[in-house]
Amino acid sequence: MSRNSLAPGADTAPAPDGGSGAGRGPLARLASAAGRWEFLILLLIIATCVAGQAISPQFLSRASFMTGSLDFTEVALMALPLTLIIITAEIDLSVASVLALSSALMAWLWMHDVPMVPTVLLCLVAGALCGLFNGLLVTKGGLPSLAVTIGTLALFRGLAYVVIGDQSVTDFPTAWTDWGFGMVGTSILPNTIAVFAVLAVIFAVLLHGSRFGRSIYAIGANQEAAYFSGIKVKRIKLILFVISGVVSALAGVIISLRNSTAAANVGQGFELTAIAAVVLGGVSIFGGRGTVGGVVLALFLLAAIQKALSLSESISTAWIQVVTGALLIGSVLGPNLVSRMNEARARARMRGDAQARPPTTSQEEAV
Amino acid sequence: MNTSRITRALVASAAAACLVGAVAACQDSSSDSSSTTAKTGGGGEIPKGLKTVSMPKQLGNPYEELEHSGVTEAMEELGGTNRVVGPTDAGASSQVPLINSVTQQKPDAFIIAGNDPNAVAPALKAMAKAGVKVVAMDSDVAPDARTVFINQANTQGVGEDQIKLVCELVPKCTGEIAILSATANAPNQNAWIKVMKEVLKQDAYKGLKLVKVAYGDDDDQKSFQEMQGLVKAYPNLKGVIAPTTVGISAGARYLSTSPFKGKIVMTGLGTPNQMRKFVKDGTVTAFQLWNPKDVGYLAGFAAANLVAGNITGKEGETFEAGKLGERTIGKDGEILLGPLQRFDKANIDDFDF
Repeated sequence: MSRNSLAPGADTAPAPDGGSGAGRGPLARLASAAGRWEFLILLLIIATCVAGQAISPQFLSRASFMTGSLDFTEVALMALPLTLIIITAEIDLSVASVLALSSALMAWLWMHDVPMVPTVLLCLVAGALCGLFNGLLVTKGGLPSLAVTIGTLALFRGLAYVVIGDQSVTDFPTAWTDWGFGMVGTSILPNTIAVFAVLAVIFAVLLHGSRFGRSIYAIGANQEAAYFSGIKVKRIKLILFVISGVVSALAGVIISLRNSTAAANVGQGFELTAIAAVVLGGVSIFGGRGTVGGVVLALFLLAAIQKALSLSESISTAWIQVVTGALLIGSVLGPNLVSRMNEARARARMRGDAQARPPTTSQEEAV
Repeated sequence: MNTSRITRALVASAAAACLVGAVAACQDSSSDSSSTTAKTGGGGEIPKGLKTVSMPKQLGNPYEELEHSGVTEAMEELGGTNRVVGPTDAGASSQVPLINSVTQQKPDAFIIAGNDPNAVAPALKAMAKAGVKVVAMDSDVAPDARTVFINQANTQGVGEDQIKLVCELVPKCTGEIAILSATANAPNQNAWIKVMKEVLKQDAYKGLKLVKVAYGDDDDQKSFQEMQGLVKAYPNLKGVIAPTTVGISAGARYLSTSPFKGKIVMTGLGTPNQMRKFVKDGTVTAFQLWNPKDVGYLAGFAAANLVAGNITGKEGETFEAGKLGERTIGKDGEILLGPLQRFDKANIDDFDF
């Protein structure tokens, strides 16, 4: 896939049209900012807010924010490590199944009188092991992560049912469950979203401000080149899968507390929403590009769309999935089309206007 | 390069934070529903224009669609409207985000078939706090998270009704009968069988002799073989009750191709779609199940009466439930639907579930 000014993170390699807009005039800078993917998402969020308010006067309210963000906690958490994994051009489809396994394990441990703190810790360890399993198959086994994690998507969900069957456990200590659906102080920020915010900052610093992060981009841009430049490709991927397992297990603990119920059938289909958020956030599904900020904005957009649709009195909830799917396709297709157009324009410019060839012809050639 | 990337990440985060702030700044729009004003308290009329929302466990299940169409029928009869909202999967917590949104819409009442009794409880309590009456039906939720629960079938009734039906179908209500159950430890079936055994001791049924309880494990193949075994082992067998939808259809399938077709009575609990062909080809004369549409209909009337203040959910309170007549609230806010619906050649085509 070719590079383009629309996609975030394009600056990991010099963009063909000359870069970031620094040193150019304010107008040009504005234009380049407007062309950025994050800006588009921001526009979409504003459009959703306007449309949402038209759909229901309840849309722009404190309650919408509180419940809308609370209900999105798990997807948001899982999207963070997924962002890093997808930038390395791998994928983890098993996240929601790790969440379910963690929830089931939590139920089992609590049923067997294990205190809360060790229960939570053991769930996180189990998540790490799930991630390690994925990571080893991908790195040592040399298998494609798509195939491995489709397998573990079924495997971990199956294990969750083995652990707890169709039972559910609900008698967690109220201090813990109250935290799960509580707000920070008297604000409208759910506790769980505060956890997400902290993790988002950590992941942003990790990806955008550390050597580790630079290696992640390098692997995604060109794995061979990264390997020969001394980057420990396999080890970094393994670490990312383990992180993904741990964060997904944390999401499993949180969803169990938030609903005061631990069961094996929670979070079905969450992996798709999380991947949709990552790709919609401007992360290239082919690796090498993307920002945590873009993904955070995309999560906000998806949560807003879901809230707006669920508040509508005339739109069926089935449309939530339709819209999520359409956005996913659009966000893969959109940058691709724009980059083709940009390239075509750039090539036409290089050939020079003197030849005065009709732009349509050159565009066709470029494509 | 590096710092600019961090700056950019921070700018993006800041933008998100601004949005949060913008939403926070918005006033909490608390438009009270106007139709709740006609509260009359105790025995009053149901106000017109009530708005309810009903939530199935999952969209696209014909049984549940029928159930919730009952709620809509009741509300339309009362001059109100009902809207069906549901998740696309039946996960323990899939209903929660939708419940939260319904709370914001503030309908007069909310009717739910819970996927998980406790996962939905916090959201339902928040809804009740916002002034919405909460009614559970079909699958109960935690009792403190709803005001009343519409129970489609209580143990005693299901046991009695099935013996009543087999007595009617077996010639002269005399002869050997057997039960083809689900698994040996299925709680529902075992409770019903216990009642059946008690009921059989009554004088009215002294002609019937229960010879065997077989277990098909709710597995089609196993149930089929158990049915075969029963027929072989008890040559004088006159009737089989299968209080499970898997058992009754497997049993009927065996009989339909055997020489005992029409000679041994097959009955129990089944769904019309499953049993239609066996009723039409004469293998099965009649079977039972609760009428799902009536479950919703009763829930709709209970919800409307709660809003009107005619009932509060206390044991012993009564209300009129349209075509179903008067209903009384039982222990723990339970309202019983009543006797099982009988399905036979005459009415089976009226049902699609």
